[in-house]
Parts: sequence; structure tokens; C-alpha cells
Amino acid sequence: MHRLKDYEPIVGPQVVEELYLLAEKVKGLSIQNINSTAVGGGVAEILNRMVPLLKELGVHAKWDVIKGGERFFKVTKKFHNALHGRVESFTPEDFSVFLETGEENRKTMELTGNVMFIHDPQPITLINHKGNMDAKWIWRCHIDVSNPDQKLWNFLRPFIDRYDAAVFSAPAFSQELLVRQFLISPSIDPLSDKNRNLTEDTIRTVLERFHLDLDKPMITQISRFDYLKDPLGVIEAFKIVKRHVDCQLVLAGGEASDDPESTEVLARVREKAIEDPDIHVLAIPSGSDIEINALQTVSSVIIQKSIKEGFGLTVAEALWKAKPLVASAVGGITLQVTHKYSGLLCHSIEGAAHSIKQLLQNPEYARKLGENGREHIRQNFLLTRHLRDYLLLFLSLYHEGDIIYL
Amino acid sequence: MSELGLTRASEPFRFSTRVHLRELTGLRARNLFEFVEHLKKVPGSVIYHHTHHYLQQHQYQMPEAPNDFAYWITEILQERSLGEKIASINLCDFTSIRALREEIVTVLSNYLEKNRKKLREVNEGEEFHFVKSISFVLPTPYVVYDLREFTAVLKKITIHSIYFHTFEARLRLEKGINDFSHWVEMSLGERQLAEKIAKLDPYTNTMEGLRTKMIQLIDLRIKEIECTG
Repeated sequence: MHRLKDYEPIVGPQVVEELYLLAEKVKGLSIQNINSTAVGGGVAEILNRMVPLLKELGVHAKWDVIKGGERFFKVTKKFHNALHGRVESFTPEDFSVFLETGEENRKTMELTGNVMFIHDPQPITLINHKGNMDAKWIWRCHIDVSNPDQKLWNFLRPFIDRYDAAVFSAPAFSQELLVRQFLISPSIDPLSDKNRNLTEDTIRTVLERFHLDLDKPMITQISRFDYLKDPLGVIEAFKIVKRHVDCQLVLAGGEASDDPESTEVLARVREKAIEDPDIHVLAIPSGSDIEINALQTVSSVIIQKSIKEGFGLTVAEALWKAKPLVASAVGGITLQVTHKYSGLLCHSIEGAAHSIKQLLQNPEYARKLGENGREHIRQNFLLTRHLRDYLLLFLSLYHEGDIIYL
Repeated sequence: MSELGLTRASEPFRFSTRVHLRELTGLRARNLFEFVEHLKKVPGSVIYHHTHHYLQQHQYQMPEAPNDFAYWITEILQERSLGEKIASINLCDFTSIRALREEIVTVLSNYLEKNRKKLREVNEGEEFHFVKSISFVLPTPYVVYDLREFTAVLKKITIHSIYFHTFEARLRLEKGINDFSHWVEMSLGERQLAEKIAKLDPYTNTMEGLRTKMIQLIDLRIKEIECTG
């Protein structure tokens, strides 16, 4: 487990010093995080890193997980999809299973924080306990809810409105709510396996395992095989680029064997890729962090041609490695990339192809964009900034006004 | 006077720092008309956020359009000449957010008057989202009495502290001048140095560039004092 001082060489000692100054003001509070899983998924990953660092800062932080049966998690999976805008049908039973499990948790869990920090929809009904304790309640929504299923949103809305604050990851996710809404972007951990510097040996081993060599510039998209990530569009763009520049394409992402759509997309991608030996389709198990890191590190250009995107942390990962980037101007990507400054934004297959060509043929320009991107991530999207935002969020619950003197 | 010939202030400079949290207003604009209408009504902290947060986001190198308004108008609405007008509003000329808002609204309204028919509607996902900035100001342990101590802290203090004393104090807190110049003049009697610091255009420097230039000015002054003293 990394300690705060490990981040000092990366973000500067001043940033860590500032965290201690802020934490001093939060010390009297106990923060109780609650989510639905201790392992797997982005939320657990963030809490796993965040809670120990809060403790190291002297903040009394804890993390608990709700319990639920198979039926409950089936329903919450549907919730997740529907909040992302996918069409799902709900039965009255779905809602009652959700409410019953929530109520069981409310009765059995020890809810003791001064600040109850509830993550995502699964534990949202714990707010029913609000009247029984003197605490501030925050709902942290990690999901893209810019276009939620309205029936489900209307069901959740009365719960959300009883919180003291809601937190979203991108401006587009905010909704008209009765409560204050804060914008806190996700972050990457520069010391994690996915983002730390790798040795040349490690990189070579990964390349050998995937039978890749770097005789041609490598264009890479890292993402699960999902239509929303447009891997077929990436192949189209690659074909346009290849007419002028000899290069190779890597499409690498997690295999989701429980998701039939992902299997179908992967099959279609493989079918389309078969005609060109320069297209490498790598279905790699989730958690292959070092492999992903290595692929990003050796790429000449990284692409993220999503049609829809929550925040798009793969963009932050690429920029942190100072990689020239071409990405769609959707979702949280626009927060991370300033067009022609820290990467190139695109809106179409042709636009993506044009930008990739520009970067491959102008390595000096590409290098400058990558460097700017890395600095942008250093200032704004590393774990230490996320930690600072959380400290400020807790403090904001106890102070009024737009300028707060601590 | 200190032993090195430097004036020692009776009232020290106490470095504060400022960090901010972004609050969503839920307001969004899809075209220039909606944009101006919201601009007229949003809290001052929204105007402040969108014209200043890039300074803290880009501490080493600045992107072309130096604020969110100019960026959206130029890159998303594709109204390049209007974007350039907004980008080139000299923020140094303003000592209140109120006055700055009036200027931006006037420029945009004049443009709308002349170009009402060809108003462009952006695609879904490209809307401008109005965000406000909640500032948290807190004292740091650094307290200095003379120029040498001052420059030593300037070299190591968090960039957010420099930001606070330069931008936030002058414009958002409506002090009219940055805190550094004020202290250097009032407590050390260094009027010329104060003016030189105040003259640095903080909006066309990066934060780190500003730090370097201030340190250079102060170090130069220390050398002068040492030579003559």
C-alpha cells in the first residue's frame, strides 16, 4: 500500500503539505463510506486507495459494504444499465426487492459516521436512516446519468433529494435536483500497476507474449469490446491512415464472458480484422494492468473513439504516459483533452483518421501534445487531487457561501 | 533594518492558500442566446470559475483559448472572431467580477444583435455547462518579515498560494491590487518593487512563469540593497 510521501516526487511536496493542512480541518469528523462491493469495479478500486490515505492524513474514515442476495444484484445491474440510458423493463417486484434489501441493510448495519458517504444507487435507500442520526449525507454517483431511464430516475429521485449533497463526475451528468451538486472528476493512481513506469524487460515480455513487434508505429485503443467504444470505427479509421502511413493497430480490452453483447462485438471485430495482419485484437482478462500499461507505453498514438463515454479514464492513463492522443469529444473526455493543446478531439471516423495521420507524420507536434497532456493530468486528474476534493466536499457540508475561510 | 540591510516589516506577510471545489449549477446552454441569458443571471462565482480555473489547471503551459467561454465559442460554436474577442478581454482591467460580467455580456449581446439569424445550435453533449467555484482559503505556516524570507517562501510555496494572493485577492475579493505588491509597498516601503510586481500581467503568464518572474524581481532588488547598503 502506498503512502502519501510516495506521491511527493510526482506531485510535489507542496501538494501533500496542502492535504495535511486541509485534513487538519476535517479531523473531528468521521466519514463512513458505503458501497455494494469490496472488490472489483471502479468504486471499490478508488475506495481501496482513498480510505487508507484519508486515515494517514488523520481523518477518521471507514468503509462498509451492504449485503444483498442474487436477486438484489440482478436488479441493481439492471438499474446500472438503465441509468446509462439502456432500455430495461422493470417489474414491481424488482423495486420491492431493491427496497427490502435496502431496509434490511439499514436495520443491520452500524451507521455511525458524521458524514455518510454513499456510493452509487445500490445503497441509496440507507438515507431512510437520516432521521435517526445527526449526520450529513452525500450521494456519490459514479455513473453517467446524463440520459437515465426516466421511470427509474423518478423512482430514485425522492431518495436523492433527501441527501445533503450529490456528487457527479462530469457536468453533463448533473440533473435538476433539490440538493447541492458537486463536480468531482475521477482520478488515476500514478503508482498503480496501470500507470507506474515499467522496466524495459517487463515491456518486452508483454510484447513477446502478444507477438507484437515495434517495426511499425503502433496505434492503440484500450477498451472493452462494446459498440459504444466503436472498435469497428477504429478499424475503419486505421484503414484510412494506412493508405498513407505504414502502421499497426492494437485493439485491447477486457473479456467480459458474462456479457453476451461484448462477445458479439469481439467476434465482429475479429472478423473485420482478419483481412489485415497489422490489426491485432487482444482480448485480455480484466486486471491485466501491467499489460495495458506496457501497450500504452509503447504506442505511437493512442485512440479513444468512444461514441458515449462516462469519464474515460483510459484517456487520463494515456496522457499520463505523455502519449499523443486522438479521442472523441464526448462525456468526460472533453474535461481531459483541450483540442490541439493536449490531444486532438474528433467527431467522426474520417476526423479520427486525419488526426492520427497528423500525429504520426509530425512527431514533434505529437510529442508536445503528449507532454502538455501529462502535465494536465498531473495537475488535475491524479489521486491526490481527488483526495483534496473529497476533503473539501466534507468541509463544504459545514460552511455556507462561495468563499470560505477555514 | 535586518543585518543584511533589508527592511524588516513590523507587520509580517502571512501566506494563505486557496483551493476550490466545483459546484454544478445544472444550467446549460445550447446556443449563444441561451449562453448570454444564463451569463446575465448566474452567480459571480460562475463567471469567476470559467475565466480563472484554467490558470490553476494549466500551471506550466497555456492552451490557445485562455478561458472556458472563449474556448466554447471558438471550438464548439465555431464563432472564431467572437471567441477571439472574448479571449482578448484584458482581465487586468477589471477589479470586480460584476464589471467583468458586464463586459462579456455586452460583447456577446452586440454580436447577437448583428447575427441573430445564423445562431448555431450545438450537438448533444457539446452544451456549455455552468459551474461555480467554491473557494476555501486557509492559512499556511509561512510568515515572513523581509524580502529574503519572502523570496525563500515564494520559491517553495504551493502554487495555489501564489494564485490566491495574485488573482483571488485582486479581483474576487475586490482589493484592487495583489497582496504581494500591497505588503511590499505598505510594510517594506518598496514602492518601485511593488509596482513592478503589480505590472506583471498574470493572465498571459503561466502560474509557474509568474512565480519565476516575481522571484527574479525580488532577488534583483535584494542584490541592489546589498550593494548599496
